[in-house]
Amino acid sequence: MSFINYSSREINCKIVYYGPGLCGKTTNLQWIYQKTNPDLKGKMISLATETERTLFFDFLPLALGEIRGFKTRFHLYTVPGQVFYDASRKLILKGVDGVVFVADSQIERMEANVESLENLKLNLAEQGAKLDQTPFVMQYNKRDLPNAAPLEEMKQLLNPGGLPEFEACATDGRGVFETLKAVARSVLRDLKQMSGS
Amino acid sequence: MHGNGLVIYDEDIRRIQVVVERLVRDANAKGVFVVDRNGQLISEAGEMRGLDTTSLASLTAGCIAATGGLAKLVGEEDFPVHFHQGQRDNLHITLVAKRIILVVIFDDRSSLGLVRLRVKKAGGELGKVFEEVQKKAEQDSASGAATPFSEITDDDIDNLFSA
Repeated sequence: MSFINYSSREINCKIVYYGPGLCGKTTNLQWIYQKTNPDLKGKMISLATETERTLFFDFLPLALGEIRGFKTRFHLYTVPGQVFYDASRKLILKGVDGVVFVADSQIERMEANVESLENLKLNLAEQGAKLDQTPFVMQYNKRDLPNAAPLEEMKQLLNPGGLPEFEACATDGRGVFETLKAVARSVLRDLKQMSGS
Repeated sequence: MHGNGLVIYDEDIRRIQVVVERLVRDANAKGVFVVDRNGQLISEAGEMRGLDTTSLASLTAGCIAATGGLAKLVGEEDFPVHFHQGQRDNLHITLVAKRIILVVIFDDRSSLGLVRLRVKKAGGELGKVFEEVQKKAEQDSASGAATPFSEITDDDIDNLFSA
């Protein structure tokens, strides 16, 4: 849910990285954190288990620059991907302005991708939102792995509607910023549309 | 999805700031923070200004969200008051008007009883301010009033990413 503060002249938006367990959501945020100018980022918070699996969420505040005299800030969150953390996912999804779905390209994770995408649709619906009306970007992560499924197959399975999509390898940064820019752009366009102009 | 976005104007911030600064004094608090339920910091006062307030806001909202989930599990609507006791500093967190979180950090110069008492009054005042903020937002939305977003052009958005 966007927050416009006229006093500090700031626009704040919330982006959530969604996807099955171990698909690379946290790795996306870590790459963004590592490669962003210190002046533009806040502290990255990871509420994780001892084995570094996300327990509640990761959080990274990011400033993108100014639009019409307003500082544009994005709060990036990840959800815990493991199936049994659904209650936490619902909480983090509240008030979201844009969603990145990080799909795991490994062929044996296709079912987990489909299940997680269905879970996203369900959880958005509980908030009265629909995926096709929410700023959304699909990221096909781990494209570098030898057991990656063919891209066309993944597109048909996960993104038949042809929403914005990117290939990525979050461990070496490929596609990470492209994904972020696309979702941020989509969020701002959506907010502009919602403002009735 | 964005119909209920929070819009706060200068005069609202000034009114909130008056309440927050008074609460710091009345409760002998080290710091007072007003946070939106979605984790955005709205206002702060006190001697803790060097604190990472963005993280504080996000974690407080996460805390309220998690205990709100717990409340529903046991058949409560919410747990609107939280108290975390530390060795030196303590945290008193209150959910105001179901939307705003009031965080008070205090040490042994104050007491839980005093903080509770002062928070009750300040919470009532903040509740009124945010009710008006909400009403104003609904009126603006109904009348199609301009927001910073309505002035943004596609070029502005593209320029943000051109660097």
